[in-house]
Amino acid sequence: MSLNTYRAGPDEHGHFGIYGGRFVAETLMPLILDLEKAYTAAKDDPAFKAEMGYYLNQYVGRPSKLYFAERLTNELGGAKIYLKREELNHTGAHKINNCIGQILLAKRMGKTRIIAETGAGQHGVATATVCALFGLPCTIYMGEVDIARQQPNVFRMKLLGAEVKPVTSGSRTLKDAMNEALRDWVTNVGDTFYIIGTTAGPHPYPALVRDFQSIIGHEVREQMVAMEGRLPDTLVACIGGGSNALGLFYPFLDDADVAMVAVEAAGHGIETGAHAASLTGGRPGVLHGNRTYLLQDEDGQILEGHSISAGLDYPGIGPEHSWLHDVGRVTYVSATDTEALDAFQRLSKVEGIIPALESSHALAEVIRRAPTLPKDHLMVVNLSGRGDKDIFTVARELGVSL
Amino acid sequence: MSTTNSRIDRRFAALKAEGRAGLVAFITAGDPDHDTCLDLLKGLPGAGADLIELGMPFTDPMADGPAIQASTLRALAAGARMTRTLDLVKAFREGDADTPIILMGYYNPVYAYGVDRFLADAKTAGVDGLIVVDLPPEEDGELCLPAQAAGVNFIRLATPTTDKARLPAVLANTSGFIYYVSIAGITGAGSATSDAIAAAVAHLRSGTDLPVAVGFGITTPQGAADVARVADAAVVGSAIVRRLEANLDADGKAKPGLVPDVLGFVGQLAAGVRGARK
Repeated sequence: MSLNTYRAGPDEHGHFGIYGGRFVAETLMPLILDLEKAYTAAKDDPAFKAEMGYYLNQYVGRPSKLYFAERLTNELGGAKIYLKREELNHTGAHKINNCIGQILLAKRMGKTRIIAETGAGQHGVATATVCALFGLPCTIYMGEVDIARQQPNVFRMKLLGAEVKPVTSGSRTLKDAMNEALRDWVTNVGDTFYIIGTTAGPHPYPALVRDFQSIIGHEVREQMVAMEGRLPDTLVACIGGGSNALGLFYPFLDDADVAMVAVEAAGHGIETGAHAASLTGGRPGVLHGNRTYLLQDEDGQILEGHSISAGLDYPGIGPEHSWLHDVGRVTYVSATDTEALDAFQRLSKVEGIIPALESSHALAEVIRRAPTLPKDHLMVVNLSGRGDKDIFTVARELGVSL
Repeated sequence: MSTTNSRIDRRFAALKAEGRAGLVAFITAGDPDHDTCLDLLKGLPGAGADLIELGMPFTDPMADGPAIQASTLRALAAGARMTRTLDLVKAFREGDADTPIILMGYYNPVYAYGVDRFLADAKTAGVDGLIVVDLPPEEDGELCLPAQAAGVNFIRLATPTTDKARLPAVLANTSGFIYYVSIAGITGAGSATSDAIAAAVAHLRSGTDLPVAVGFGITTPQGAADVARVADAAVVGSAIVRRLEANLDADGKAKPGLVPDVLGFVGQLAAGVRGARK
């Protein structure tokens, strides 16, 4: 398929090709129409942009650096590798970019209570942080399984004043946390704003989160031109719901010479069935407000994902990714738990940067791909989060007791 | 656009002629197991259910509270599948040509089955209507319009957030009846006041001649009677499912006496509904 632009979506019904849409209960429909109206107005309002710019700069610490990873480049012996240092943002991941945008939107809409879902806890921490910053009460839904493997983030959220509600239904991970957040929202329609953490959910969330995260790609564009005098050749990012990947890719979608690779979590391996690779191992379906690729059985029942990384452990993916996959603009690959663990340790030792297990999936692909490419090939990997939250998981995997 | 003279239309016309409201009873297909569910289904009309909502199990029932979540997961664990749900309807129809059956659930299992194939098989099995929680009017092209074309009623949910401006969109492609969700919330949660329900039903009647059924939060014969005084039907789901759950052993298997106990409860609800306007 050849298009004039890959950046026109979604259409007015929230569709990216056949993906996206507004598959929600009637109770929520007026709320997401209101949100769409409020977002459309805010997007073009210079005051909103200025306010966002202020907090992203002064509070989050943007722009994040584009760092030339010289030792890793030399070790791999191929492409020149740059790290987009989203892990240096306040709260340690890209998630805060979106939370600043959504909480300012919530304020504009006069909402007085915030809810969110979280998997690894990074989005929960970012949401709890902006709620503390703006003095709004906040409830975070988190699966019991994720609570057990992400204790530091659970405590962080509590310190920030959030109520963390354990979700005991279903597989007790991110998808169930999202179900529970939707149940809360449908019950508290008057005062509550739902801050969705990724480029998924009913329209306008996928577009809104993408726009808020696109600052990543816009900065990379400027930084790379300043450092190398040209655009990068390849962008690499990990993908669960897909917000850090889309944030990096979106501003480059119409630059035909920029290749893009998104890395899904292959868990124990795609062939084992224990993975979270919706595009590689799933097919289109409808869940959580949008049509997208889902892990499901032949009867349309949703399957549990598996990944060592709680943040990628979701049986779906943002609808725009499903579309970019089908039209072939972005290449989707996967990395296993083991490959991610190796990459985690390698970056720690070679560059002195402990990456999140999520981002380690992207690094695993860099480790595979960079050696096959010439030395003047410019490769940017989104270091979407830092790995401090993962040290207990990694220690356990490596058989180390802390 | 409405499918006229469907089994649902005929049932509501008969209720009107009798001067009373109807009871819509909900159970989940395959809960706690296929055979017990079929026994329940067959017994519901005799117990006083005027219409039956049969839940299509789904792993992620986002609009449902704990009782129906547990029910749908029990059914799936016991081997429920869409083909088996349709088998239940087919078996029910062999002995009952008049009681409407409405399949209720979420879109993905229908989408996975294939919309055209689903509508053909549902119609053949004897399904009269569909309620699909995550298909608002904005997604009518998916299933609502094909269903109407296939002669299957598509029943829309109206809610406390459906205001005057939105009501025409909600009513536009609805047939059979309108289902008023009396609280903003999930199934089995709190309940609305009689006054609020009466006002909401009047609001809906200003926009449609279709019967109005009211559900969410009705748990007792008295509650069903209160709704029956102002609406055309009262829908009870979670309370029936909880009664079923109380008749399970520690392994989630049906204890002896489950079917008569649940049907006895439905009978009490029906008595409430039938006595409401006397």
